[in-house]
Amino acid sequence: METSPQEQFDALIAADQRIEPRDWMPEGYRKSLIRQIAQHAHSEIIGMQPEGNWITRAPSLRRKAILLAKVQDEAGHGLYLYSAAETLGVNRDELLDALHAGRQRYSSIFNYPTLTWADMGAIGWLVDGAAIVNQVPICRCSYGPYARAMVRICKEESFHQRQGFEILHTLSHGTPEQHAMAQDAVDRWWWPSLMMFGPPDDASPNSAQSMAWKIKRHSNDDLRQRFVDMTVPQAGVLGLTLPDPDLRLNAETGHYEFGEIDWAEFKEILSGNGPCNRQRIERRKAAHAEGAWVREAAVAYANKRKGTAA
Amino acid sequence: MTAGWPLWEVFVRARRGLSHTHVGSLHAADATMALRNARDLYPRRSEGVSIWVVPAASITASSPDEKEPFFDPAADKVYRHPTFYEIPDEVEHL
Repeated sequence: METSPQEQFDALIAADQRIEPRDWMPEGYRKSLIRQIAQHAHSEIIGMQPEGNWITRAPSLRRKAILLAKVQDEAGHGLYLYSAAETLGVNRDELLDALHAGRQRYSSIFNYPTLTWADMGAIGWLVDGAAIVNQVPICRCSYGPYARAMVRICKEESFHQRQGFEILHTLSHGTPEQHAMAQDAVDRWWWPSLMMFGPPDDASPNSAQSMAWKIKRHSNDDLRQRFVDMTVPQAGVLGLTLPDPDLRLNAETGHYEFGEIDWAEFKEILSGNGPCNRQRIERRKAAHAEGAWVREAAVAYANKRKGTAA
Repeated sequence: MTAGWPLWEVFVRARRGLSHTHVGSLHAADATMALRNARDLYPRRSEGVSIWVVPAASITASSPDEKEPFFDPAADKVYRHPTFYEIPDEVEHL
């Protein structure tokens, strides 16, 4: 009996099988994946800026080498993801155009400034920690190339989180000034990190469809809760506090309850009015324009070689 | 932009004794650059001892649409599997 492409697709999803690039897929599934993977790739690339800001001012050669390797990893993650997005029939130039023109987004977290060295610790511990909680379930995403890219990324993120934790641990157990610097960074990055999981479930219109397609495996609020539960005890080991007077363990549920997130701030940043939105995109566009001659020269050289080989 | 840099598929041999496995793709102007970019991108933590790069346009793939007629002929030849054959229990090393 002949089954329709839609039926075959639904059967694969129901059986927890992976969809691969040349399979038939609903247009909405393709569009939704392109939007999500592109946003993810853009986040990795833009995410190089706040950390790149501190490479030349790292406090030791050891810290500098580590930070360089981390920023290089972010570039690598962006490239894995752009490559996954391209399997859906979009090309890289279109994706970069969309980023530069503001038609596609990147994670709002990268619109906050990195004011002190301790921010490198807070980003690694909290921002990469939140990213890991978000990303681990995507390793089982129904779209094969995205899931495979996430497996590579998750393996590498673990180093990022641990190096951040180590920076904060060292500062927290250093001089009173260093401890204060670590506390200040955590105070500034805690709430934005909680926002990384996206709007609450009742205000997240695309979530239900993404879960039905098995692109997304857990709701925003579930992932946020998982992150809070993991992180609060770690803050204790660091000897730092989290800036939320309502944070407390509910002995009955075993989960930490936390205060109200400032969604107005989140919306402001999404609409382009965060502390660094303009700067990030300007820097990205400038780097791209400044590299144009290199890309052109490489093509000219390749063409010339082709000419002589023939 | 990538200014017309073609797409290359990347295959990495994780260690001696294993075959090359597809790991992803990248853009590069020519084969030498593709190999160097692949070296920088994929085995950053010693995940490989050998890399192939292949122009994506040179790959001929079977189509998912003809999956059934293309792969079905193998399904009805169960006698290709050793478990197809009935052998007396007392026989060893067979």
